[in-house]
Amino acid sequence: MELKEKLLSSFMAFEESIDVQSELHDVRTAAIKNFENKGFPTKKDEAWKYTSLNAILKKDFSVFPKNEVTIEFKDVKKYFLHEIDTYKVVFIDGVFSSHLSSTTHDGIDVCLMSSALTKPKYKMVIDTYFNQIASKDESLTSLNTAFANEGAYINIPKSKVADKPIEIMYFSTGSEAALLVQPRNLVIVGENSHVQIIERHQCLNENAVLTNSVTEIFAQKRAIVDYYKIQNDELEANLIDNTYVSQKQESHVSVHTFSFGGNLTRNNLNFYHFGERLTSTLNGITIIGDKQHVDHYTLVHHAQPNCESFQDYKGIFSDRSTGVFNGKVYVEKEAQKTNAFQKSNNILLSDKATINAKPQLEIFADDVKCSHGCTVGQLDETALFYMQQRGIPKKEAKALLMYAFSNAVIESIKIPELKKRITAIIANKLGVKLGFDL
Amino acid sequence: MLSIKNLHASIGDKEILKGINLEVKAGEVHAIMGPNGAGKSTLSSIIAGNENYEVTDGEIFLENEDISELAPEERAHKGVFLSFQYPVEIPGVSVTNFIKTAINEKRKANGQDEMPANEMLKLIREKSELLEMDRKFLSRSLNEGFSGGEKKRNEIFQMAMLEPKIAILDETDSGLDIDALRIVANGVNKLKNSNNAVLVITHYQRLLDYIVPDFVHVLMDGKIVKSGTKELALELEERGYDWIKEELV
Repeated sequence: MELKEKLLSSFMAFEESIDVQSELHDVRTAAIKNFENKGFPTKKDEAWKYTSLNAILKKDFSVFPKNEVTIEFKDVKKYFLHEIDTYKVVFIDGVFSSHLSSTTHDGIDVCLMSSALTKPKYKMVIDTYFNQIASKDESLTSLNTAFANEGAYINIPKSKVADKPIEIMYFSTGSEAALLVQPRNLVIVGENSHVQIIERHQCLNENAVLTNSVTEIFAQKRAIVDYYKIQNDELEANLIDNTYVSQKQESHVSVHTFSFGGNLTRNNLNFYHFGERLTSTLNGITIIGDKQHVDHYTLVHHAQPNCESFQDYKGIFSDRSTGVFNGKVYVEKEAQKTNAFQKSNNILLSDKATINAKPQLEIFADDVKCSHGCTVGQLDETALFYMQQRGIPKKEAKALLMYAFSNAVIESIKIPELKKRITAIIANKLGVKLGFDL
Repeated sequence: MLSIKNLHASIGDKEILKGINLEVKAGEVHAIMGPNGAGKSTLSSIIAGNENYEVTDGEIFLENEDISELAPEERAHKGVFLSFQYPVEIPGVSVTNFIKTAINEKRKANGQDEMPANEMLKLIREKSELLEMDRKFLSRSLNEGFSGGEKKRNEIFQMAMLEPKIAILDETDSGLDIDALRIVANGVNKLKNSNNAVLVITHYQRLLDYIVPDFVHVLMDGKIVKSGTKELALELEERGYDWIKEELV
């Protein structure tokens, strides 16, 4: 059975397990209809021109894991931050793991989507926010919405600073030969509030996994949200990340995406503006090799005056890896005095590696500053020679240069331990041990 | 110390060096002067092992060891230092971390342990004072946003830290104001001793007022066409290079 058919029939089974009387049921039904009509995207869709799901979709994915697996913390400790305490919302094969998690309802809510979707006290919040900014048109988002059931629910009320970062972790154990998981996260950050979130999807063995994740982020007036996505997964892991950000006036939302691994990774990152004088930051570092594929598909929709957006994506591609950067900036007529900047810098380390970079600017306002710059190049030979001349071997010199290349994005990480960890992952990716902490 | 024999080199189809012979003994300072495009920078680059040039004939010896086939880092480990005309910017890597890495790579290559941290700090302090460098400068990213003078001073600082056997200064005076020139030259002079040697590549005589050469060579069209003492540099400053061309004809 094709995956699409399997999903459609699974939906019927899924409905039996949930409350079909709720309003959510209508949302899910509309979503599965949209998915049924559109199906999985193909290369004929303009938005998927450079990324094919074909090979992945041939696998026989289980939609619901049959066994519940437990993991010991010591075995997965390395995926978490250690030096600082964090809230943790942890899932194993899509199922919440209470013993690995550290949730809270003390002043802020850091807990489970399944509770938020079913408990009456969250009903108002869910009615107000759930599926409000996520696309109702895009088929993979619809597929997620149809099955939306579990994920992280984070609600920071007005004027609160989350006292520690929140780690959202999705482990897959490989208990199924191939597993499809569809996490659904909802993040609401109230007026003047501040939160830092790290999201990671991690396979623990080599069995195939396809994650189709949707995250909705709502930043109210003057809220500050720092969101970090770490994608450093196994070679059989596939991730489609659909993130939708809704921003009110004077809010600052930054999303950092670190794509260091996985077979196929697609990041659909969408920002929508509902207020003036706000700032959106989209940063990314991609370092991949083998036949890995990473596609950044970004949208910043400027709809209000005096807003700013900054996009800075660095990519380093070796072997036969391929990268895609499609950055769309849309500036509505009302969005005067918009500052929108976009950069995509790429280094190809092999003749067989590819990057497809496509900036798309649609500007309908006349008093704006918008710029985009895409570069594709090789490592600077003169710089390599300079470092070798000082006695640094070529391999280490290359690593230092690549580090320097991505430095601007690394520097913008606001959690010091995370900055260290990302640097360590980069050094590891580049196969060097540098004599100092970068 | 450094001995170059019949060195021919080309880039692509273009022959740039057409038979260079040069003997630099320990304790000596040699200057290589010449008009633009004569091959001065190519020569310094090739001594340091730049692989963009193809050495088609000849050898380079450092203390009687043929280093012609060695990688740039191996030459550096053996004591070749090239001060770049245009030092490269490396964001995110501080001056201190860069020089630490360089020193420890050299020690590793020579079978030594890493330099202890306190010893390293002491050395950095000592050498940065020699170059009259601000302490804050050391924690800045290597060459990023440095002025021309700061870049050159940082080059000589690295040279001071690495204590090379042969230091090649490629147009070190370019982009320097008179104070920076004095500091840089003073640094070089203090580092010079009877066990090392300096090769100054320069277009102008100015630097040679401060770093006084024992020998001056004129490089033209890929060959050393005239050698002399420091008076030759003064003569070149006054008369230009055309008279040498005429002499050759």
